[in-house]
Amino acid sequence: MLKTRPNGTPRVALFVTCLVDLYRPTVGFAAIRLLEEAGCQVEVPETQTCCGQPAYNSGDRMTAKDLARNVIDAFLPFDYVVAPSGSCAGMISHHYPALFAEDDPQYRGKAEALGAKTFELVSFLTDVLGVEGVKARYDGIVAYHDSCSGLRELGVREQPRKLLGTVEGLALKELADRDVCCGFGGTFCVKYPDISTRMVSDKVRNIRETGADTLLAGDLGCLLNMAGRLKREGAPVKVRHVAEVLADMTQATAPIGETKA
Amino acid sequence: MVQVTSPAFKQNAARALADPGLQKALGKAKGAFLQRRADAVERLPEFERLRDIGRDIKNHTLANLDFYLETFAANVERAGGKVHWCSTAEDARNAVLEICRKAGAKTVTKGKSMISEEMALNDHLEAHGIVPVETDLGEYIIQLRQEHPSHIIAPAFHLNREDWEADFRRMHTDLPADRVFNERRDILAEARTKLRQKFLAADVGITGANFLIAETGSSVIVTNEGNGDLTQTLPRVHIALASIEKVVPTLEDATSLLRLLARSATGQDFSVYTTFSTGVRREGDLDGPEEYHVILLDNGRSNMVGTEFQEMLRCIRCAACMNHCPVYGVTGGHAYGWVYPGPMGSVLTPTLVGVDKAGHLPNASTFCGRCESVCPVKIPLPKLMRHWREREFERHLTPATARSNLALWAWFAKRPALYRAATRAAIGTLGLLARGKGAFKAMPLAGGWTKGRDLPAPEPGGTFMARYAKARRNGR
Repeated sequence: MLKTRPNGTPRVALFVTCLVDLYRPTVGFAAIRLLEEAGCQVEVPETQTCCGQPAYNSGDRMTAKDLARNVIDAFLPFDYVVAPSGSCAGMISHHYPALFAEDDPQYRGKAEALGAKTFELVSFLTDVLGVEGVKARYDGIVAYHDSCSGLRELGVREQPRKLLGTVEGLALKELADRDVCCGFGGTFCVKYPDISTRMVSDKVRNIRETGADTLLAGDLGCLLNMAGRLKREGAPVKVRHVAEVLADMTQATAPIGETKA
Repeated sequence: MVQVTSPAFKQNAARALADPGLQKALGKAKGAFLQRRADAVERLPEFERLRDIGRDIKNHTLANLDFYLETFAANVERAGGKVHWCSTAEDARNAVLEICRKAGAKTVTKGKSMISEEMALNDHLEAHGIVPVETDLGEYIIQLRQEHPSHIIAPAFHLNREDWEADFRRMHTDLPADRVFNERRDILAEARTKLRQKFLAADVGITGANFLIAETGSSVIVTNEGNGDLTQTLPRVHIALASIEKVVPTLEDATSLLRLLARSATGQDFSVYTTFSTGVRREGDLDGPEEYHVILLDNGRSNMVGTEFQEMLRCIRCAACMNHCPVYGVTGGHAYGWVYPGPMGSVLTPTLVGVDKAGHLPNASTFCGRCESVCPVKIPLPKLMRHWREREFERHLTPATARSNLALWAWFAKRPALYRAATRAAIGTLGLLARGKGAFKAMPLAGGWTKGRDLPAPEPGGTFMARYAKARRNGR
């Protein structure tokens, strides 16, 4: 059952994610619009920085725990926590409890409580709020990329396709090998650039083969990676976060890596 | 010991990426494996439940490993066989050599075994005047080429049919030069012709073991060519090589795991041959060896029991993880630099050869999680790779630049106010540099990124937090 305040609206904290904060603020505003239109009271806790995943996946458990405590303290008071990223939402909901499992019973309990109410944006809209469609228009042929954490940790697969199906003017194409990683992998892409480049080149080949003019995904890391490769190859594919299209905010900013729409 | 080239993983990978023959072989082979596994899983509605059962059988066994190993050994001896407990690869090599010497062996035939690779058994036998003959088709050509397997169930995964044909023509010079190889069957037929005499001449047959069954003292092998059966039934002496985690309590447990194994590995419901071997030939038996030996190899595995790496010992060597790994899929197995490639190798190899040598392997993963999602016994491979990264970080094996970059970033990320100011400044600078263009072709300190892709510029207008704060001040 949906948790709400006495006034009937759920109080939702937006976990902006560091990449959206620095690289693509429009995604944050799109998320707020989508959540508010679905009846949420949205707040943006000011002390948030990063979920700690770069440290966690580099083996620096101490730093990951420090950053996780910061997130837990800032976000625990809310009914729900929503991130426009499967990767960061997966970090909070799946990996925070594991971080404190062994030696910190106090934060373990808090991490579990926070994890249970943390969601990726699009699946929160459909699965928790019961949103059936959006009021948006996008004239284009769209390929949607499933980011790995969202897909395999959180089961985000049909939800974005369902909502994109209600966008006027939008035609959806499926990628070959759609469950294969784009080669981003956080620091992997700079630690193993040759392998990463090959993986993203394969992904870009599949994108181009669909004939889509637009690529969407729910995670900015993957999007920057694929946009960078598309750009390097000179492929005329526009790249955006799925929230920009769902919130009808594609006029607000140029596609990723472009200066004009 | 097989030479460890894992420290050169990056160079190995770069070479692999630039090898068109290898890339062709990888593309073809991978596609076939994935589709067949997917179809096999589709045909068996209870497959997901079987994965839980497989995991539970293995967990139970590992929690009582000493008991089941001792039970297995007692039942082997009861059936007239002998178990050789070997704590190191060297112990195991010497035990095999000793058995071969006692049997007066000049040639030994071999079924497919990764433990044999781990022990570097062939080199050891050859050094002592005994000729090992690999009888698995893939292993046979690998031996002709003096290579090592690049995949744990398809040793010649890295080769194309043209390679097979060229090698057979080069090595089998006694056969007519005008013979044709139209399909895989022709290759198989030629190998069979060559191997038939060797099967009959061998003094000892050495196989691996997919499972060891405690309640019966049996070893189990699965093959698709029948070579394993000829290897173990024709010679007078059968040696089964197995690592300690291959033991399962009962026949029924083994059959549950067999239902997972072939489907996960090759997409077959069952392998063509599944052979249970128990003890020596009894009076009245039509065939079977006079001596049955099991080499039980530890080689560091018992050190994993009770640690965060224990779950790795559930592995049943199906290779689904490497078949589904996007990194393995473009580098192939040799790049990993030791016996076990792919995700399972990235967890196991640091245990067996040391994380100081194999440190790259657990890092060369995007944590995409596809390996875990297909593992028949649900080993959390990304989690275990992360544990290795943690060990490396603790021991200061993580490269110094990566470490200091991480420390600098973390210092700011723990201080939200300073982080806000610093990121605002950094993004402002990047924005100024980007003025007029949407992406950078090159960027100082970001060579890893810009080598193969442009770096998109941040959206103009400042960070989200700055814009949001401003909007709030202006009452939105």
